[in-house]
Amino acid sequence: MLDEPFASGNSVIHRLDPRFRVMAAIVYSFVVAIVYRFPALGLALGASLTMIGLAGLAPGRVFYRLLLVNGFVALFWVILPLTAGGEIVYQLGPLDIQKRGIVLAAQITLKSNAILMALIALTATMSFATLGHAMNQLKFPEKLVYLLLLTYRYIFVIEQEYKKILRAIKIRGFSPGTSLHCYKTYAYVIGMLFVRASARAERVYQAMRCRGFAGKFYSLAEFDSSRRNYVFTALMTLTAAGILYLEYLPK
Amino acid sequence: MNNRDPENSPVIRLSDICFSYPGGPEVLDHLHLNVYPGERIGILAPNGSGKTTLFHIIMGLLFPQAGTIEIFGEPVRTEKDFRDVRKNIGLLFQDADDQLFSPTVLEDVAFGPLNMGKAKQEALAISRQTLSFLGLSGFEDRITFKLSGGEKKLVSLATVLAMSPRVLLLDEPLTGLDQDTQGKLVSILSEIDLTYMMISHDIDFLEATAEKIYTMKDGKIMVDEGLYIHRHKHAHMLGNMPHRHE
Ligand SMILES: Nc1ncnc2c1ncn2[C@@H]1O[C@H](COP(=O)(O)OP(=O)(O)OP(=O)(O)O)[C@@H](O)[C@H]1O
Ligand SMILES: [Mg+2]
Repeated sequence: MLDEPFASGNSVIHRLDPRFRVMAAIVYSFVVAIVYRFPALGLALGASLTMIGLAGLAPGRVFYRLLLVNGFVALFWVILPLTAGGEIVYQLGPLDIQKRGIVLAAQITLKSNAILMALIALTATMSFATLGHAMNQLKFPEKLVYLLLLTYRYIFVIEQEYKKILRAIKIRGFSPGTSLHCYKTYAYVIGMLFVRASARAERVYQAMRCRGFAGKFYSLAEFDSSRRNYVFTALMTLTAAGILYLEYLPK
Repeated sequence: MNNRDPENSPVIRLSDICFSYPGGPEVLDHLHLNVYPGERIGILAPNGSGKTTLFHIIMGLLFPQAGTIEIFGEPVRTEKDFRDVRKNIGLLFQDADDQLFSPTVLEDVAFGPLNMGKAKQEALAISRQTLSFLGLSGFEDRITFKLSGGEKKLVSLATVLAMSPRVLLLDEPLTGLDQDTQGKLVSILSEIDLTYMMISHDIDFLEATAEKIYTMKDGKIMVDEGLYIHRHKHAHMLGNMPHRHE
């Protein structure tokens, strides 16, 4: 079973043809991934925020998803300013805070958030089966579709199992602390998490096979085949062009 | 089983099946089982005796270390062979959480028919029909992970029935169902004209829905008279569990 909090909705974005959305998400992510200048990244961030807005997604939920990724990004903020070299802007005891590192970390932060928000707005707004269906129709290799979808599903499965384990240890009076018992419990929780998540994913896959799944996804969703898709494509192309223009604009 | 017409070949025939999980003891040990068309079999056996494992072997989700499986008279061995088996045998999982994976009920029920090559409209019609047959009209757009335990079980049953299987394997269909819904399940099972085999710990339920009751012991299916299960009033403890009177 799978929690797809963004998949149900009836916004402009939800009603777009999933194939157009998947293509746009890929091209857009690629463009944002290659640019570095702040005006370009700023435009990307603005565009991604607009997409989230158009999709009518609950900001709290989106923020929560972003938080997970920004945990990793925070690591860059710790490491890069100390190691990237360049002009020293601040002396923190024995540590040199370097400008280049700060700039790099800022770029990574903007980039990853812009890409992630666009992916949430464009692809998390369709169900698992629809996403697979769209990718099949776009002639992605079957194995790749499969791998991506399973990875995507795993994330939710892990989250679900994590909540369950937490509940189980809480009702038995566990309170977090720093004793050896607590650390041991944490270690068990993490171990159990992976074992259970993979067992569950395996069982869901078994259930899919029992229902005749043989690698091909079908979709029930009805989508506009209207002009709206082309308007969307045009807007996305313009945005991508704008981002590239700001990047390669001669100084 | 012994008074069957020999022409009437079994829909499921397991011979000499041996199975153990990696590193574990034998769960199934030279197990034999024949299921004939139209048979309604109940399995009542203690926890951990290998009932779920047996069902998963029939569906090709687990592969036995030894023995042969014939379904509808054809030997099945590979994943590919089992794909056809799964179109004709429906398994209701013990844990409904494993069975449902689409966001909405309707999508989940339609998943099977779509995989079997039905067109979208037809798949939708079948799904709606199945849901209403089970008294689940109005559940179409409900989110699967927000259903109650019993509702999940019924929707799971709908996902299985929507594929119009010839044989049903029900792994503890009663768990989580209230009295009324249990009664409904009994009448559904007596209405549908299918071969089925079901696992349950509820002897009353099995009595109402099965024409014979098997048990499992030491990795084997037991049908011999010595272990034949019958119903009697209980004046001793644990009388609702399978037991033997010495
Ligand atoms: N995935 C697994 N890996 C290893 N051992 C397992 C696994 N699943 C089940 N077993 C073991 O195999 C044996 C049979 O399990 P099975 O689930 O088939 O029992 P069951 O008869 O369905 O029990 P229950 O009535 O509790 O559902 C048990 O001893 C169990 O511990
Ligand atoms: Mg079981």
